[in-house]
Amino acid sequence: MLNYSLNELSGLLKSRKISSVELTQSYLKRIDSLNPKINAYITVNPEASLKQAAEADIRLARGQIQPLTGIPIAQKDIFCAKGWKTTCGSKMLSNFVAPYDAHIIECFNNVGAIMLGRTNMDEFAMGSSNETSFFGPVHNPWDLNAVPGGSSGGSAAAVAARMAPAATGTDTGGSIRQPAALCGITGIKPTYGLVSRYGLVAYASSLDQAGPMGRTAEDCAILLNTMAGFDPRDSTSINHPSEDYVQSLSAPLQGLKIGLPKEYFTAGLSAEIAQSIEIACEVLRREGAEIREISLPNSPVAIPAYYVLASAEASSNLERYDGVRYGYRAKGYKDLVDMYKKTRAQGFGPEVKRRIMIGTYVLSAGYYDAYYIKAQKLRRLIANDFSNAFDKVDVILGPTSPQPAFNLGERSNDPVSMYLSDIYTIAVNLAGLPGLSLPAGFSGNGRPIGMQLIGNYFDEARLLNIAHRYQQVTDWHQREPSL
Amino acid sequence: MSLTSNDVHKIAHLARIAVNNSPDDTEQDEISTWLAQLNNILSLIEQMQATETNDVEPMAHAHNLKLRLREDCITETDHREEFQAIAPEVEAGLYLVPKVIE
Repeated sequence: MLNYSLNELSGLLKSRKISSVELTQSYLKRIDSLNPKINAYITVNPEASLKQAAEADIRLARGQIQPLTGIPIAQKDIFCAKGWKTTCGSKMLSNFVAPYDAHIIECFNNVGAIMLGRTNMDEFAMGSSNETSFFGPVHNPWDLNAVPGGSSGGSAAAVAARMAPAATGTDTGGSIRQPAALCGITGIKPTYGLVSRYGLVAYASSLDQAGPMGRTAEDCAILLNTMAGFDPRDSTSINHPSEDYVQSLSAPLQGLKIGLPKEYFTAGLSAEIAQSIEIACEVLRREGAEIREISLPNSPVAIPAYYVLASAEASSNLERYDGVRYGYRAKGYKDLVDMYKKTRAQGFGPEVKRRIMIGTYVLSAGYYDAYYIKAQKLRRLIANDFSNAFDKVDVILGPTSPQPAFNLGERSNDPVSMYLSDIYTIAVNLAGLPGLSLPAGFSGNGRPIGMQLIGNYFDEARLLNIAHRYQQVTDWHQREPSL
Repeated sequence: MSLTSNDVHKIAHLARIAVNNSPDDTEQDEISTWLAQLNNILSLIEQMQATETNDVEPMAHAHNLKLRLREDCITETDHREEFQAIAPEVEAGLYLVPKVIE
């Protein structure tokens, strides 16, 4: 049962071959046995999950069935969920029980999906290895010495280890796609504004976007059908006509024009990943696609521009953690400023402090134009690169990450080398485009290789369609780690 | 350009982050760790300067959005008790902080 797709699970629930309570119990049992090794979950609450499952069983018995009714879903610990601890991987929120539901939690509750638990993540979604979590690192199910990627590392590991049928993530600079690649699963970051950010703990608001993580493109399409939609409570939510992402999955790829950015296939890319993508191109050609080279000339400045913009937004967003209204408050202070300073010094980990300080610096008097405005101008050039590329091709294909999963501890003392693991994903967030990562092979030492499809605005259906067609003729996505 | 220890002190103060809260760390050690790491990040950021951006319009956001207006009516209900139940210190419906006015 742990290898069934969402569609198969829904079929079993619908025909009453299993109940939601039984299904949820079997996943809770799996979590119980594997979480000590993998640390994919920060919080599980079997009582609350099983109560929801019993309610879903009543809906199923009444025939009130939607595609996710009765199916347990792992939620990244960044989405506020009423009554659930919502820690964001931080000591600062380690005692925070959300008083309301995020928009996407409401979406899942409305269709009768089950909250299976809260997945581990880099602190405040800042990291690419899941090592910045206050609750300890997540271990990659393919190799327990390797990182799962980040920041949605717990969600990726949970799906890869069959500790959840599917999960959610958020992606500010690659946090859905990079862990999906490193754990051998499929994940999509939608167009900025497609999924509401209401109740998503903010990191960099002009870049943050929630999206699905599953074993297949089909599972991601089912989740995206539930998550996407206009929400007036998010000022940047877009009123885009609703689409059925499942319906178009099988459309033929005849005549599809795929571009390979030459800047992505340089010395920094592992030869094994380059080779996997070459083989994938052959597969896609056989499906009818045309492959051609394109150029994204401003790619090299995406990382520097991102660390200015994301840090600036983070320094502003994280001002709210002051020990007054919720979250951690230090003990023993002499006045109000001392309380703020000690609360933040003790409540935040080093990576979060680094980004707050960089953000504070680039926004400070005298530096604003040289850093913040400069980065915003580069953001425009990067978005223009993509817009020019989409005049010539329908989608862009490239690596998700320059290397397969690295070892735990390998980069944790060198922030800049950690930042470079997002070299192919960050530009997509700056432009606000949709990007999807899917499994495309394995390295010589048995670690998954992912590739990334980048689409034009609101082209999620096409990305899922290409990934689905690819998954019909390959089996990388069906491989299972031995645990 | 690189930061000095004084700059790090100033930035940490602006960001309201205490730099010496752990009894086994001397303040100087913590500052020098921050200094090295922040300077590394800033030299990564300096790579921006290599690209010419005269006449480029800054981009704040992926979409050309206008902020929406809504009807001027009450949409929020009262959640004071729930919200204050998770606060570190409250009294009589107020959040308590150390005295700020002598």
